[in-house]
Amino acid sequence: MTMRVDLPEETLAGVLAKAFGNRSFLIGFVITLLVAAVALLSFVWTPYDVTRLVIADKALAPAAAHWFGTDHFGRDILSMIMVGARNSIAVALVAVGIGMGVGVPLGAFAAARGGIADEALMRVNDLVFAFPALLSAIMITAIFGPGAVNAIIAIGIFNIPVFARVARAGALAIWPREFILAARAAGKGMTQISVEHILPNIATLLLVQGTIQFALGILAEAGLSYVGLGAQPPMPSWGRMLFDAQTRMVTAPWMAIFPGMAIVVTVLGLNLLGDGIADILDPKSRRRR
Amino acid sequence: MKLWKTILAAAVLSLGAAASAFAARTDLVIGIPLEPPHLDPTAGAAAAIDEVLYANVFEGLTRIGPNGEVLPDLAESWTISDDGKTYTFKLHTGVKFHDGSDFSADDVKFSLDRARADNSVNAQKGLFAQIDKVDVVDPATVKVTLKNPQGSFLYNMGWGDAVIVSPKSAETNKEKPIGTGPFKFQNWAKGSAITLVKSDNYWGAPVALDKVEFRIVPDAAAAVPALLSGDIQAFPFFDPDSVSQVKGDPRFHVVIGSTEGETILAINNKKPPFDKLQVRQAISFALDRKAIIDGASAGLGVPIGSHMSPASKDYVDLTGLYPHNVDKAKELLKEAGLEKGFKATLKLPPPTYARLGGEIIASELREVGIDLEIIPVEWAQWLDQVFTKKDYDLTIVSHTEPNDIDIYSRKDYYFNYDNPTFDKIIAELNLTSDEAKRKQLLGEAQKILADDAVVGFLYELPKVGVWDAKLQGLWENAPIQANDLTKVKWTD
Amino acid sequence: MTAYLLKRLIIAASTLVLASMVVFAVMEILPGDPARLMLGFNAGADQVEQLRNQMGLNAPLVPRYLHWAGGLLSLDFGRSYTYSVPVIDLVRERVVVSLPLALIALALSTIIAVPVGVFSASRQGRAGDALAMGAAQLGVAVPNFWFALMLIYLFAVWLRLVPAGGFPGWGAGIWPAVKSLLLPAVALALPQAAILARVARSALIEVLNEDYIRTARAKGLPYRAVLWRHALRNAMIPVLTILGLQFAFLLAGTIIIENVFYLPGLGRLVFQAINQRDLIVVESVVMLLVAAVIIVNLLVDFSYAVVDPRLRGRQ
Repeated sequence: MTMRVDLPEETLAGVLAKAFGNRSFLIGFVITLLVAAVALLSFVWTPYDVTRLVIADKALAPAAAHWFGTDHFGRDILSMIMVGARNSIAVALVAVGIGMGVGVPLGAFAAARGGIADEALMRVNDLVFAFPALLSAIMITAIFGPGAVNAIIAIGIFNIPVFARVARAGALAIWPREFILAARAAGKGMTQISVEHILPNIATLLLVQGTIQFALGILAEAGLSYVGLGAQPPMPSWGRMLFDAQTRMVTAPWMAIFPGMAIVVTVLGLNLLGDGIADILDPKSRRRR
Repeated sequence: MKLWKTILAAAVLSLGAAASAFAARTDLVIGIPLEPPHLDPTAGAAAAIDEVLYANVFEGLTRIGPNGEVLPDLAESWTISDDGKTYTFKLHTGVKFHDGSDFSADDVKFSLDRARADNSVNAQKGLFAQIDKVDVVDPATVKVTLKNPQGSFLYNMGWGDAVIVSPKSAETNKEKPIGTGPFKFQNWAKGSAITLVKSDNYWGAPVALDKVEFRIVPDAAAAVPALLSGDIQAFPFFDPDSVSQVKGDPRFHVVIGSTEGETILAINNKKPPFDKLQVRQAISFALDRKAIIDGASAGLGVPIGSHMSPASKDYVDLTGLYPHNVDKAKELLKEAGLEKGFKATLKLPPPTYARLGGEIIASELREVGIDLEIIPVEWAQWLDQVFTKKDYDLTIVSHTEPNDIDIYSRKDYYFNYDNPTFDKIIAELNLTSDEAKRKQLLGEAQKILADDAVVGFLYELPKVGVWDAKLQGLWENAPIQANDLTKVKWTD
Repeated sequence: MTAYLLKRLIIAASTLVLASMVVFAVMEILPGDPARLMLGFNAGADQVEQLRNQMGLNAPLVPRYLHWAGGLLSLDFGRSYTYSVPVIDLVRERVVVSLPLALIALALSTIIAVPVGVFSASRQGRAGDALAMGAAQLGVAVPNFWFALMLIYLFAVWLRLVPAGGFPGWGAGIWPAVKSLLLPAVALALPQAAILARVARSALIEVLNEDYIRTARAKGLPYRAVLWRHALRNAMIPVLTILGLQFAFLLAGTIIIENVFYLPGLGRLVFQAINQRDLIVVESVVMLLVAAVIIVNLLVDFSYAVVDPRLRGRQ
């Protein structure tokens, strides 16, 4: 499915007006902003120190002192969710960065050159896609050891073919257009055209895919942390909070409920945002998604 | 149509089961945390093998009882020569293997010779190292001659690795174990469960259960709901950390016993700065054992000060040597020239005690300036990196083998500890069978380890068993890793 | 057409060969010695070496790869180090859990998603549509292992309707076996259903705007009839495509759910085998899963060709 996306020929004010008239975008934007704000706030302030264990206060129910209760080591769950947001965002963001940084140039190059280069890229894509992502991520961390950095790499690798594919499809649709022909006639090289003309025109496409991969990255990080392969203590992570919670569902269900909600809300926000952006920039896509 | 029949049949069956519940139950589903790699106790170190088969399917000359005592098993009695080198075992007669063949002294000779052979893959070859020769006197008598007298020989013969197998089935026991015990093997659904059924031609006292299923439940997260929903009626080795979830529930019987598992913060004694005594002592002072036990083991577990189970008769209480004292720890680090602290790694194997304990210890050592990077590893990596290659700074592990203080004297063991005085004591201990003398030597050995702060001694791993309140006869303690079902029954 | 199919076939085969090399190489660099793991703490270095020789781990690289790859072709996957039984037997035991689980999950997902998609498409832009698609957004956002945890405590621990985990085997009867797969299937199906519902909706809307649908409506056919009889059938192609991909994903992607419910399926087999360094099992099962994905993709490619004649000329 190739979407034809042009840069909207509207004023910024017009776009903004449309954006905030769009329900998906509005809700998604507010949630995403909120999560980002909480993560940023955690750098300067959290209700409690998340690296300090207070065993005497373990598994306290939600109350005025601890809004979301405490965990099995007496740490404040609200504080941990705040710092955990930082971890989730960092992992997912860098993984998207890897995917875009490597995948987009590859895709653009393949589209520009065609022929063997294109064929080779698509075959490598096929190869990566043939491996079940979670399984491969587990193998990667089995080789390099668990940890946030290796989780980023594992998730990032699987973002590369996604962006390569999107970039290639987007670029292929634009290459035959007249303004590209004009640029070629003006003697511009392949690389120059790709950077100056192709990339700006597929930027929105990449932005939409980026938000989707960002959301998927947060889910993937949670899954990896849940099986113990993500960020390591003392760094809190949402997935590992759920892992710690699952043996205490009878006596301390709040340990599972709040981090779970944090994941749901964040992913929901990002997906709504992505949908919203796609709607605003390409109203036709509304039907398709 | 066929499906409906099956469903109907299932419904009728479950009605039937409800009706027969008035008679005492004879079936049992037991949860075990790890799946055995195979079912031959004489060819593997995995505790899971013994947890299913020991005393149930396989029997040895002697066996270990519920409190760690040596009991007669296939050997009805024995005599020991005055020089302590010759053991003559009188065997039970009329014993049959599950394949119907007769058990005799030849099987004993076969089993012991096989275990100590050069090409043996027995995981505990050391148990048989002192055996010089095994002679069949008559079908019901076996004479074992030792190279040197060995105080622990009868105990050694009670290990799962020393059970008696038949030459006919020795090669196939991994898949289809054939023993002499009260239960015989029925089925192994790999990754799921192992089923045993009562053996009808058992030589000893008959057992009460007809059918036992050992279901593999790898993590505590699944064990708790399985118990609460009644799917599984007993977890003899329940994760202590999860015990709060069932404690106080009248449907369950929670039994807290002791194990031979000394849980330690192992230290690489040759790797700077841990080669400095002050640094190791500082770590010992920095540890708050109570917080570790509360946080990683639900408050269960007895603190230890050296490498000996507090339940042992030879135990010396050395826990007062390094009380939790942050200032003292900092002072010692300063003496060692490390007042600014340092960075190190802490490799954690999968068990909960290690993963949770590691988080707590990392936070405690941070208080005195030691910044630990936590590296979780699977057992495969742990054995490779820590145990074999000694590529580690600190690790947490529970040494569950009984009476294993001698590991500190082993050359090239992963602690990298080398103390000739200690080695001499252990060498002497190995040649001593006099109880009083042994006790004195073991006391000295414990003292040396504590003084040297070889490792951070944490606590004795508790054995938490949780089972249906109507179930009787499971072991409360775990002197060895086993689930002896010979005395288990339902009361109703 | 034949050329196109042939090309797809060659591509699939070469991907498979490449994948086998990648898998084999990865196994080589995986740290940890399976022999040491099997023998445990107290075994000596000579014993470990002896076992390594026995297991054929000391043979050179290339012959070992060729031997393994050759075995794969003849469905001889070798013997598991830890279980010491043929890998194919293990796979056979596990497939009877994973395959039905994937099928039940897929069925549930379809049963939920298609009606929701139809409902939403027929009320496009209205409150019902917004509500259904909002729910779908929520479904996509829920981590399935968290959802599974909630399901276990609600339906197994509290209501005691189904087992909390484990699998009794098909020998225990169909109903007990299916019952133990219900919760995991629901946990797996929810996010898939959410995705599928969104695809079904957009596909339907696309079709509903086509000329022949307008014609049908103009002829006076009732809306419902047009929707179910004509539009849905034509919208099935993208839906089936997604279903194919989801099936491949469900076969391989159930690792976490199989762990939560301690089901003896393929996913858990690989997970355990990775941790126990049972390399021969890991290699073989991963290859099998990769092959499944490639074959499903190939079938999807073929179905495109059948459905869309334009493809025959292109590429």
